Amino acid sequence: MPIACPNGWGRECTDAAPPPVKRNTAPPGDTEISAATADLLWVLLALPFAGSLLAALLPARARNAAGLVAGGTALVGALLTALLYSSLADGALRAEIAWLPSLGLDLVLRLDGLAWIFAFLVLAIGFLVVVYARYYMSPEDPVPRFFAFFLAFMGSMLGLVLSGNLVQLVFFWELTSLFSFLLIGYWHHNETARKGARMALIVTAAGGVCLLVGVLLVGKIVGSYDLDEVLAAGDLVRSSELYLPALVLILLGAFTKSAQFPFHFWLPHAMAAPTPVSAYLHSATMVKAGIFLMIRLWPVLAGTDAWYLIVTTVGLATMGIGAWAAIFQQDLKGLLAYSTISHLGLITLLLGLDSPLAAVAAIFHTLNHATFKASLFMAAGIIDHEAGTRDLRRLSGLYRFMPYTATLAMVAAAAMAGVPLLNGFLSKEMFLAEALDTHSGTPIDAALPYLATAALALSVLYSVRFIHQAFFGPPPVGLPKQPHEAPFWMRVPIEVLVLACLVVGTLPAITVGPFLDTAVRSVLGSATPAYSLAIWHGFNRPLLLSLVALAGGGAGYLIFRERLNAMSGAPLIGRFKGRKGFDAVLASIVNTARALERRLGTVRLQPQLKLLAAIACLAAFLPFGRYGYSLGDATGTIADPGFVVIWLVGGACAIGAAWQAKYRRLAALILMAGAGLVSCISFVWLSAPDLALTQLLVETVTTVLLLLGLRWLPKQRPDVWPAGRPPLAVRLRRGSDLLIAIAAGCGMALISYAVMTRPLGESLSTFFLERAYAEGGGRNVVNVILVDFRALDTLGEIAVLAIVGVTVFSLLRRFRPAEESVRAPEQQLLQNAADEAREGRRVGDTLTDYLLVPRIIMEWLFPFIIVFALYLLVRGHDLPGGGFAAGVTMSIALILQYVASGTRSVEARLRVRPLSWIGVGLLVATATGAGAWLFGYPFLTSWFDYAELPLIGRVPLASALVFDLGVFILVVGATALMLIALAHQSIRTPMKRARPAEPS
Amino acid sequence: MEAVLALGIGVLTASGVWLILRPRTFQVIIGLSLISYAVNLFIYAMGRLKVDAPALVGSGTVANPDAYSDPLPQALVLTAIVISFAMTALLLVVLLASRGLTGTDHVDGVEDE
Repeated sequence: MPIACPNGWGRECTDAAPPPVKRNTAPPGDTEISAATADLLWVLLALPFAGSLLAALLPARARNAAGLVAGGTALVGALLTALLYSSLADGALRAEIAWLPSLGLDLVLRLDGLAWIFAFLVLAIGFLVVVYARYYMSPEDPVPRFFAFFLAFMGSMLGLVLSGNLVQLVFFWELTSLFSFLLIGYWHHNETARKGARMALIVTAAGGVCLLVGVLLVGKIVGSYDLDEVLAAGDLVRSSELYLPALVLILLGAFTKSAQFPFHFWLPHAMAAPTPVSAYLHSATMVKAGIFLMIRLWPVLAGTDAWYLIVTTVGLATMGIGAWAAIFQQDLKGLLAYSTISHLGLITLLLGLDSPLAAVAAIFHTLNHATFKASLFMAAGIIDHEAGTRDLRRLSGLYRFMPYTATLAMVAAAAMAGVPLLNGFLSKEMFLAEALDTHSGTPIDAALPYLATAALALSVLYSVRFIHQAFFGPPPVGLPKQPHEAPFWMRVPIEVLVLACLVVGTLPAITVGPFLDTAVRSVLGSATPAYSLAIWHGFNRPLLLSLVALAGGGAGYLIFRERLNAMSGAPLIGRFKGRKGFDAVLASIVNTARALERRLGTVRLQPQLKLLAAIACLAAFLPFGRYGYSLGDATGTIADPGFVVIWLVGGACAIGAAWQAKYRRLAALILMAGAGLVSCISFVWLSAPDLALTQLLVETVTTVLLLLGLRWLPKQRPDVWPAGRPPLAVRLRRGSDLLIAIAAGCGMALISYAVMTRPLGESLSTFFLERAYAEGGGRNVVNVILVDFRALDTLGEIAVLAIVGVTVFSLLRRFRPAEESVRAPEQQLLQNAADEAREGRRVGDTLTDYLLVPRIIMEWLFPFIIVFALYLLVRGHDLPGGGFAAGVTMSIALILQYVASGTRSVEARLRVRPLSWIGVGLLVATATGAGAWLFGYPFLTSWFDYAELPLIGRVPLASALVFDLGVFILVVGATALMLIALAHQSIRTPMKRARPAEPS
Repeated sequence: MEAVLALGIGVLTASGVWLILRPRTFQVIIGLSLISYAVNLFIYAMGRLKVDAPALVGSGTVANPDAYSDPLPQALVLTAIVISFAMTALLLVVLLASRGLTGTDHVDGVEDE
């Protein structure tokens, strides 16, 4: 008894209540067994990806091996899926791994009836396509790569249908887009393939983004992304304010993927893919993902006016446009592509009708379409392969050359046309019955039977045209190849699929019946309607319409055959070129981005930095404007006159450096080092000995580094302005820069003073101070934080240092100095001239004698500095020092040798291999961290003890010390590498600039 | 001391910001170094100033954590010092390479017209 919906058009209220959540409700004794069965799902999902990796590693010519890997993977997966069917009897299988439970993001695999039937399709048809592709692909193609992509796509598709979490589903959804892009563009030397692949990716991935947002909205409404919970919350979702945006976004995802109008245009362009790809992606898998999603979320989203209106309209339009365009195609694959669009529209239309029976028909037709369309694509591939063309106008009478293929194609085409005793007929009858049924009472409803019949007649027409043009008529003339029958193994996959069409078409109840029933029940639950899969329902209206369609389609072909062959492009809708719209949208996006970049962007650094500094200042001053500026009342430390004096010097140095940096680089460098020294003294004064030590050492190295760099910079001559002083624009720029600089300085001073006059609240530091000795075994809390409590941060930091060292090294290997810097420096030329002028001196003597006394002192200092560095390292855990300070000290020892004796003479005596040190240091530090695993502790857990040694006394033994040793070695390596690489630039011979000397 | 250090941080920042807005690469490198001095001192100052109280604890339990200077900002600054050295080195090499390639030491690789 139909009940009028309060807000509907009097259409029957469908019981769209979600199916009961079928958690695994095995009896306690069986729990372990079913858990083990559920865990098989992980194996099933991992299988194609593992196979993909394996295939990718095969050599490019290993066609058979790759085919074996792919076929084996798909076959094992299909068998495994078949085995899992029996465990669906007591509800869905679920396997979970908690990943981010707090965000509702867990990895959940869920196999219910619907997922099972799709998974089986994906794997079984996948297997058949692999067999076909092995013989289809040319030996010249890199076939292992093809199978690697193919298997990865299969895995993504499997992950999609098995997902028990919506976000995870979207992830696999995007993976299918990505791998379909790679598959469509497999013949990447072909421009149409590249363009088609790009179009498919952009359209489906854009839909994927919409889907993600839609799914997030659903997750927000339900409070969970778990599929079971979402399916149980249908009423909540439909009554939510966010329902409409969520619905539209999710449908955008589904429509783009399933090539629904107006996004259908990508599918015909994707026909540039190898035919096995089309047979797989564009019949059974990729385009069915959107259908799958709509079926999956049918219990949640369907049952509203919005759903009915959007989905029915889009489905109807797609079905009509697809069928109309299909009859005008001259390319076999183009015909099949538009026919796919049309059938996808049919399924969408069924889902839009909102009745459980229509949903059953949709699921059934999805299966049938996958079988007959995959076999038709393969047959089209054989024709292309053996006859050399897919143009229907050129093909003719192929039956006499390939009778097997022709017979198979005829059966499959008949299934597509909906001829009785084939599977397509059954689902078509269900569709017509639904079309005749009253759903909403709207004009759509009234027109539906006529439109459906017309679309089916067109379907008959293009099926007949496909068969008749290709296989019948006079023998073909002027084909690129002499056609002949396809190899046996290329026909086998088609035979299997066509057999399926026949068996399902004649004995539906005992073949596909139980599986379809499980799938339907998993979607509709208690709302599952009574339906019959019988072939004969008596002479009823659907059958009448069916006969009308068959007769109309056949007659249409007879009448219009010649005219269709003469057409190029479909009339009425031929003007609507999806590709043109797509290109226009893409071009406008790119142009807008470029215009924005032109208007807002600049390649010049100064305006960017200026803007950055100004905005930072403004952002920092804003809170003062809002809350006012006030000082705290903490009693500060008493100002010491000495401290005031050093900061007078420090401030003067900083300003001096700023003033001199343009024309007197050396002076500026020294002044900068002066400012650094003052901050170093401040650290000592303010109880931070470790900082002072490290800063002092780093200061030394930085100064040496910059000194080495000075040589390669051009001489800076004072600007000469025509008017005697800089023009107004320059003065304005400098003025505004100065203002920003002063504002930044004042701001920093004010903020730091405001903070320092407030007492320090509770902080983490107490924890570190209290635990440093008890748990880290060290008295120097700063060092214990670095090598123990926060050792992971330190590991990251030394890794950065290593990366910078190697980057500097590699940049300098390709270093090209400017022409005028290549000459020996002025001082050196003067010295050499003096040597030449005086008798008894050879050129270079002055250079050698120049630093004689300091040189000897520096050479003698070498061992002492090394001992000092080691001392700093060992005592670091208890007293100021540590790996960083020790490492920099050690590199100073090295660089002093370079300064004293010159690069060549040092390297003649000493093997300096900083690159190896970097590697060893990183290894030691990481291995120390990993060592904790051996004892069952987390990474970088430290251990310590104290040992009594004779003579020396109590010494600390901590694994953190070994970690610090790694830090030390790495810091030595990285610092030395940078300095030495730069120093080496001076002794490179300009003639051999193509192959620079290496420092190691 | 607080006021003196705050002023010092201010002067270092102002000099540094002025320099990074200049057109020559060497000026920018000196400016970044000055800014990193200022930032290091600033971070350290966030743990408040203490004289004669280095964070070196005894072997026993720590009775009064307030008697030590704050170790946490020190650990942060220590890494910052090393990283800023790495940054200076990288920047120096990049600007030398840029000078070699473009023939100028202007930050944009071309002289102002």
